[in-house]
Amino acid sequence: MERCRIVFSGSGGQGVITAAILLAEAAVIEEGLNAVQTQVYGAAARGGATRSDVIVAEEEIFFPKVLQPNVLVCLTQEAYNKFYPIIRPGGMLITDPRYVKIETKVDARQRELEMFRAVMDRIGKPIVFNICMLGAVIRLTGLIRPESVMKMLERRLPPAFMDMNRQALQIGIELAEAA
Amino acid sequence: MAVKDFIRERFFPHIWCAGCGHGIVLNSLLRAVESLGMSKNEIVMVSGIGCSSRISGYLDFHTLHTIHGRALAFATGVKLSRPELNLIVPMGDGDALAIGGNHFIHAARRNIDITAIVMNNRIYGMTGGQFSPLSGCGIMATTAPYATVDQGFDVVELSRAAGATFVARSTTYHVQQLTKLLREAILHEGFSVVEVLTQCPTYFGRRNKQGGAVEMMNWFKDHTTPVGSKAKAENPDLIERGIFVQKDLPEYCKAYDQVIERAQKGK
Amino acid sequence: MKSNVKFVQGNEACVEGAIYAGLKFFAGYPITPSTEIAEALSARLPQVGGKFIQMEDEIASMCAIIGASLTGHKVMTATSGPGFSLKQEALGYAVMAEIPCVVVNVQRGGPSTGNPTHVAQGDVMQARWGTHGDHAIVAMTASNHQDVFAVTVEAFNIAETYRTPVVLLFDEVVGHMREKLVIPAPGEIPLVERLHTSVPGGVDYHPYLPREDGRLPMSDFGGVHRYNVTGLFHDMWGFPSDNPGVVHGLLRHLVDKIENNTYQMARYKEFCLEDADTVLVSYGSSARSALHVVRNRRARGERLGLLELQTLWPFPAAIVREKCARARSVVVVEMNTGQIMREVKAAVSDPERVFLANRIDGTLITPTDIRNILRLIQGRGV
Repeated sequence: MERCRIVFSGSGGQGVITAAILLAEAAVIEEGLNAVQTQVYGAAARGGATRSDVIVAEEEIFFPKVLQPNVLVCLTQEAYNKFYPIIRPGGMLITDPRYVKIETKVDARQRELEMFRAVMDRIGKPIVFNICMLGAVIRLTGLIRPESVMKMLERRLPPAFMDMNRQALQIGIELAEAA
Repeated sequence: MAVKDFIRERFFPHIWCAGCGHGIVLNSLLRAVESLGMSKNEIVMVSGIGCSSRISGYLDFHTLHTIHGRALAFATGVKLSRPELNLIVPMGDGDALAIGGNHFIHAARRNIDITAIVMNNRIYGMTGGQFSPLSGCGIMATTAPYATVDQGFDVVELSRAAGATFVARSTTYHVQQLTKLLREAILHEGFSVVEVLTQCPTYFGRRNKQGGAVEMMNWFKDHTTPVGSKAKAENPDLIERGIFVQKDLPEYCKAYDQVIERAQKGK
Repeated sequence: MKSNVKFVQGNEACVEGAIYAGLKFFAGYPITPSTEIAEALSARLPQVGGKFIQMEDEIASMCAIIGASLTGHKVMTATSGPGFSLKQEALGYAVMAEIPCVVVNVQRGGPSTGNPTHVAQGDVMQARWGTHGDHAIVAMTASNHQDVFAVTVEAFNIAETYRTPVVLLFDEVVGHMREKLVIPAPGEIPLVERLHTSVPGGVDYHPYLPREDGRLPMSDFGGVHRYNVTGLFHDMWGFPSDNPGVVHGLLRHLVDKIENNTYQMARYKEFCLEDADTVLVSYGSSARSALHVVRNRRARGERLGLLELQTLWPFPAAIVREKCARARSVVVVEMNTGQIMREVKAAVSDPERVFLANRIDGTLITPTDIRNILRLIQGRGV
């Protein structure tokens, strides 16, 4: 497998960092891969631009930051405008058209997925938006299996929330397949 | 056990000046401890820096002579890690309430079972007579050659407000009362404060024309009165002596046992 | 899935190492980027019957752990730059009174409030000389979570062996980054326990009289031996003394017990040093970038190696000299203005071949930053 460098970006409270941690944790614990996750810390707990970097690889990872992601997720216009220039040429850029209007000049495979709308239509709870996004990312990258993410969620969440999350992950996978 | 068994005789004579009140506090403290029949191995004395803090070296307990102002923080570590020990922390007024003021109010807030003795001579003795946060206004000191304009703390009110569950005051003149109060403070389960008005004839008395030790002790006699006395009602300038606060509230180490219980229940 | 495999922050790896080592008492105060250590220990310590206390400030935290250590427990506090400054006086007390304790400083940008959420390695010299007066100190660091765990255990072992405070000098990147940690089985890493005196009650016990092997057995507060502990120069009973012989003897002892054991305390890792004509010397998160460069350049045939220091103080000068002896150039990679570079220059035979690759803008030094410096040194331009 190729080393995969992902940057998740959005605004505080969207669950961007949680999604990044879930992906990296599942890769390490369930898939036996190496992964590191870092994030940019600001002074504000909510709002503002957030960014989390994840590197997944079979070999050891030393430098833990992502300078040129091959996968970039932007969930706000601010994040998109700030980060689209760093994408590795030919990399994959995932956005939600509800939040981001894309530029055409970007040298990347841009995937506009209507994740928020699908989550609201089919589940009605914005809280699992990030899990839907994660479903799309793992389907588009093939990095890890959906069950591995579910196992990480089981450790964190009460059983009553699992269905909703499973559904959100599945929606993301389906959107990615249709894209 | 005789009082003498509590001291480390080889370190006497002590370093305090002739007429200093600290020896009287030491005497009262020993009598209080003796009357409680405690083992010397159960007592840890923690002190900071200053004349009063040297008290720890003279006593045959577990003694921890620490850094300026932080005695209560060290004592908190000793007490919380071994709650069965009895912690006594003698401090000077500057040690307890200037550099150590923050530790003082927080130890009181936690209501950790430590006995704090504030030996208040209203001056920094060891460094040569600078004013302290308990000097009050109009006091001459080596750092106040034109007299202080600083207001002083009232230790009793400060301790009460910070949450101490036992607060008392006496003086080096009233040794019987002092012994009784120290005994009650040590017995009290929670943070206890005993303020002792003590004389520093060398720096405070001399510079403020209060005479020698005898005159200063007479001043304590004449200017203090039991809590709630009629004399106080007639003369509000009198300083009250006695117990001001004595109440039962959860003690910190006991309360922390509940944290351990809760943490282990979830396991 | 094995339950001993965890995906955690470096701060949590430190916590797990401390619990493994037998930590029983922690006092702390919230400060970025070390707060996760206090948070995790507030949950973990009571589970193992230990005590966690949030003190009123960093000074009080340092004092409280010293008090708790005297009752026989393994103790730790954790902080970051400004808090580490506040702890310095009490840290010196622990040096003087020979109290085993571990002090974690997860470094952030300074001076002053600096750059709280960003990385720096500017406290290396503060760890060495932050408290006043002549003294020796032990400070260790690590670049990945497995090593954070291991050096944390080692810090407790050294603290107990030498009756000394040990500083763990981590940094924001290692502290906050998440990666894999495998918790070793009990017994896999040997632990040094408190050495208690065998002197029975009623017999004169000397808390400050070293045994033949240099170790000083302790007696817990609350035990049968009542003695004095002070920050003043003191005799073998712990009582104050200004006798020049006593003062000289104690200061010599405090310095020698650390510096004479520099080799025993030296922890380091080496990568591709055998034939390296350029040796990178680094530590903490900077060493990750340095290792990245070494792996990449080696694949292209460049003879590059890395000496990663884990013990910073006492500085293992003899080891640095030996490992750099055959190198044409030595490049110290660190995130400050050259605090370890100066030590490396002093250690090697020709200091003019020692260079600095650094970054001081709150950003983790990148492999590209290091490569650019290497190209300059090699006369190839950037």
